[in-house]
Amino acid sequence: MAQTDAHALHPPTSTGLNTWKLGFWVFLSSETLFFGSFIATYMVYKSASVVGPFPTEILDIPLTSISTFVLLMSSLAVVVGLDGIQKGKRKQALAGLFTTVLLGALFLGFQAYEFTHFYHAGLTLQTNLFGSSFFILTGFHGAHVSIGIIWLFILFMDILRGPMVPEKHALQVEVAGLYWHFVDIVWIVIFTLIYLLA
Amino acid sequence: MATIEAHAPAHAHAGPARPTGIRDWLSTVDHKKIGLLYGVTALFFFLVGGIEALLIRIQLAKPENAFINPDLYNQIFTMHGTTMVFLVGMPIAVAMFNYFVPLQIGARDVAFPRLNALSYWIFLFGAIFMNMSFLFGAAPNGGWFGYANLSSTQYSPGLNMDFWGLGLQILGVASIMGGVNFITTIINMRAPGMRMMRVPLFSWMALVTSFLMITALPVLAVALFLMTFDRFWGTRFFDVAAGGDPVIWQHLFWMFGHPEVYILILPAFGIVSEIIPTNSRKPLFGYAVMVYSGVLIGIIGWGVWAHHMFATGMGPIADAFFTISTMIIAIPTGVKIFNWVATMWGGKIRFNTAMLYAVGMVATFTIGGISGVMHATSPHNLQQTDTYFVVAHFHYVLVGGLILAIFGSFYHWFPKITGRMMDERLGKANFWIYFIGFNLTFMPMHWIGLLGMPRRIFTYGSDLNLAGLNQLATAGAFIQAIGVILLVVNIVKSAKRGVKAGPNPWGAATLEWATESPPREYNFAKIPTVHSREPLWVEAEQIERDARGEPEPMHMPPNSYWPLFTAVGVTLTCVLFMAPSWWEPLIGLAWTFIGVVNWAYEPT
Ligand code: HEM
Ligand SMILES: [Cu+2]
Repeated sequence: MAQTDAHALHPPTSTGLNTWKLGFWVFLSSETLFFGSFIATYMVYKSASVVGPFPTEILDIPLTSISTFVLLMSSLAVVVGLDGIQKGKRKQALAGLFTTVLLGALFLGFQAYEFTHFYHAGLTLQTNLFGSSFFILTGFHGAHVSIGIIWLFILFMDILRGPMVPEKHALQVEVAGLYWHFVDIVWIVIFTLIYLLA
Repeated sequence: MATIEAHAPAHAHAGPARPTGIRDWLSTVDHKKIGLLYGVTALFFFLVGGIEALLIRIQLAKPENAFINPDLYNQIFTMHGTTMVFLVGMPIAVAMFNYFVPLQIGARDVAFPRLNALSYWIFLFGAIFMNMSFLFGAAPNGGWFGYANLSSTQYSPGLNMDFWGLGLQILGVASIMGGVNFITTIINMRAPGMRMMRVPLFSWMALVTSFLMITALPVLAVALFLMTFDRFWGTRFFDVAAGGDPVIWQHLFWMFGHPEVYILILPAFGIVSEIIPTNSRKPLFGYAVMVYSGVLIGIIGWGVWAHHMFATGMGPIADAFFTISTMIIAIPTGVKIFNWVATMWGGKIRFNTAMLYAVGMVATFTIGGISGVMHATSPHNLQQTDTYFVVAHFHYVLVGGLILAIFGSFYHWFPKITGRMMDERLGKANFWIYFIGFNLTFMPMHWIGLLGMPRRIFTYGSDLNLAGLNQLATAGAFIQAIGVILLVVNIVKSAKRGVKAGPNPWGAATLEWATESPPREYNFAKIPTVHSREPLWVEAEQIERDARGEPEPMHMPPNSYWPLFTAVGVTLTCVLFMAPSWWEPLIGLAWTFIGVVNWAYEPT
């Protein structure tokens, strides 16, 4: 990650875009197809189950609205954190990143609660097609959130322990932030299609 | 930080010295070395897949043969198809991308050198994992398309399809990372003046192929997850009794599978588009049209997957839609064939071995294209699907299109890679023997199919009059094998004793030929500025001075073991899904995590 000190020796890019950011955008477009296929599978299977529980009996829209709101706020927090780094305000950067991690963890907590609740209500991965496609889709989303939390937490620790290097950390947090926003947007699609249109 | 100072030989660094020998190969991040690793590995698996093909052909050489039992037959044709598509076709194209894309666009390396190494190691481990199944007597046996319900635990109870699902999952990860890397490289790392419409056709096709890889393979990943969950954790996505639908598997699989066909063939188009102009000593005819038709093929290729599913009963409207959209692809493809011919027209043609392969490719690919169009008509399809007519068709495209182009590219680019020429006399013998063997194998299969012999059948009755044609095909397969042996002999012999090549033995026009053969570690002493599409024909002097003159101070990334380490973790995670309890994959995840963190904090 020492690309800044070597900067003079790297030729400028053809498009003027930073290579890391560009590469990450490309990766995210690939992820779109990944979640797209899971979501399509869910839509096909959501009313195909031959036994219950069915979506309408079990999905808790108010609760999930809160957790969705929590996740949305975390996207805001990462922007605040990035702004802090860019302006050289270490405290703001740390606060922003920490809040993001905290809200992300809270979202996972909601998900864990929802999963156990469903489990006790008799919906498991094996119960019916709704259960299978629900758990596999939201489970993979949850895994993405977890990776994002770990990633942002490592960046947070990095700034906390050492001096903040705006040129370096801004790029790192910007890329991690892109990922975080993406995971957030995917959740909004999931929330709309699964919960609101149930 | 490792900096190469002016005058200093390539291995002298300000930072830690580069390791040598095997340790260098294990930790290299140089795109040329990774390209070689990919190429040698793919060639090895080509021999494996070829032996599998020969076993199939021996079994089918006479009616009611008992050489291979039905169960083993299923394993062998499944592994043959899987090997040829995932362990030969894709990686050998990636090998070529790796070696030549940075050179062609005037870059020192790919955008993410360590990610590139990671792709290779994951690919290698996935390939080994998949073939380990033979040691357990449980090679995949559900066809390379893994159709549900054939692949469900009910009909495939053993470990066979577990190896398949997990193995492909591993290989898919490698391809997606490779695709991301090449797209970023081609978009962002071109030499000054190298506008998109000056990028050589081969690199253009690498770009389109990479787009297809990053869009198609995630869909395969999802399909494989559904299948793996069905097999391991008792979900029932494809179980009709639970409301599941096996046709969903087909949609997901072919949404990947059809673009996959273009992932395999577009690199071949790119290769031929380099060889033909070079050896006709004329610029490629209709460069812009060639670029657009390649892009168009990539886009339409996405929308026609369901022509693999006419026989599943989608209904007349869907059938008509997919028939027509499939036909439309024939247009940009036809344009390409026309432009290759027009490039040769009036050129000073030199029929070296590479050119023979390129022309042979255009001819056989055209035949494969025609049988494809026949096949895309849904009523025809209903008659021909799952017969040897299809086997003939896709081998004309895959062997006649992809493999011939790849062999041609060996002859074309070998001098650049090794600094030595391949033996032309041996080369021509190799071409003709392979070419004749190829046609002898697959031409008769058209008739075998029209006479009604189904594919994936381990034997046939002696009363069906299929023995003669089948013997011809088997003989052809062995002649092909001789051709391949000659090729390997030629490679090994020429690498040691071939005539010295010099930087540009063919008088080619693109940037890779401005460098020394083999190119230095840093490719170009100074990144050249280009002003044209054929820099070495238009502005050679300045370009060659930049490429081979005094190296300017520059930064080259040091070797790293973290890609290898991380690849072990990724593979371990997938493999441990076969372990009895749920927590074992966590070991793999932890290993991967350690790799990624150390990777992130390593100076580059
Ligand atoms: C070079 C000599 C080759 C020979 C003699 C050969 C022969 C065969 C034969 C006889 C089959 C039919 C098996 C059956 O349906 O029972 C087959 C299947 C297949 N081959 Fe080849 N093949 C060759 C090369 C290739 C190459 C280069 C590729 C791809 C790049 C390829 C891809 C496939 C695929 C995808 C299948 C279908 C497997 C399945 O149904 O699961 N083959 N091959
Ligand atoms: Cu197709």
